Amino acid sequence: MKFKNNTVALDSTDLKILNALQENARQTYTAIGKSLGMAHSTVYDRIKRMEQHGIIKEYTAVIDAEKAGAKNIIAIMTIFTDPKESDTVAEKLCQAPQILEVYTSLSEELLIIAKVVAENQESLHTFIANSVAPLPGVLRIRTSMVTKKFKERQFSIANNLKS
Amino acid sequence: MNQKMNSRILRTLPREKAFYFFTSIGNYTGDSAASLKEFVDKINEVNVKSLEFHFSRGDFEKWIDEVFEDKSLAVEIAGLRGKKYSGAVLKEHLYNIVARRYSQLSKTF
Repeated sequence: MKFKNNTVALDSTDLKILNALQENARQTYTAIGKSLGMAHSTVYDRIKRMEQHGIIKEYTAVIDAEKAGAKNIIAIMTIFTDPKESDTVAEKLCQAPQILEVYTSLSEELLIIAKVVAENQESLHTFIANSVAPLPGVLRIRTSMVTKKFKERQFSIANNLKS
Repeated sequence: MNQKMNSRILRTLPREKAFYFFTSIGNYTGDSAASLKEFVDKINEVNVKSLEFHFSRGDFEKWIDEVFEDKSLAVEIAGLRGKKYSGAVLKEHLYNIVARRYSQLSKTF
C-alpha cells in the first residue's frame, strides 16, 4: 500500500486480500494467508492498515430480508432538481433513515436517484410527500416500486484484479 | 366567523405545511399550494389525474382540516365523494366549492 498525492494506492496483495474478505469476511487471517500463499502476519498487517485508512469501512452481514420475514417495500425515486440545490437535496436525503442509497446523475437534467424503504405504500407516500417534495430545489419526483429482485451485489474488488 | 379564524385560513403556509400534488404514490408533479388562494389556482392548473388521486384518498379535506382548521370547507369537499365525480366534472365542482369559500373569506377579511 503506497500513498500518492494523499490517495492510497493498493498493490496486488492488498487487492487479493480485499477480494478474499469480500467473498467471506469471517475467514481467519491464517485461512486467507494459506489460500493466497502468504504469512498470516502479512494478512493481519495489511488488513489493519486498510481499516485504519478507511478502505475497509465495516464488516456486516448480508441478510435476505424476505427470508427474515420483513414485509417492507423498496422503491427507486428519481428526483429532478434545480442544479443549484442538488447537492443540498442529496445531503438531506442521506440523513433520512428510510433512504438506503443516494446518487446524482446528469442526463438531460440533473437528477438524484435514491433507493428508499418503507413499511407499505402509504408510509412511502407520506415520507415522499412530507419529507422529500418540500425540500427546496425539488422540481418533481418519479417513483418506481420494486416488484421483484433478480440480483443485488456489492461492487467486487475482483473486477480490479482482472483488469 | 371571527377575524382570527379568517386570518388563519387565508395565511401563507411554510413549505412543510403546503399541499404537494401527486398523480400516484410517490409521483410528485412539481405543483404545490401554500395558501388557500394558491390551492384554488392549482385546482385549475394541475393534471386532473392528480385531483382524482388526492380526492379518492381524502387528502384535500384532510389537509384543509389539519392545516387551516376549516371544518366547514373540509366537510363540503368530503361530501363530493359520494357523488363519484371524476375528470373535468370533479375539477369543476372542486373549484367551485373552494373558490366560493375563498371569495367568502377574503370579502370579510
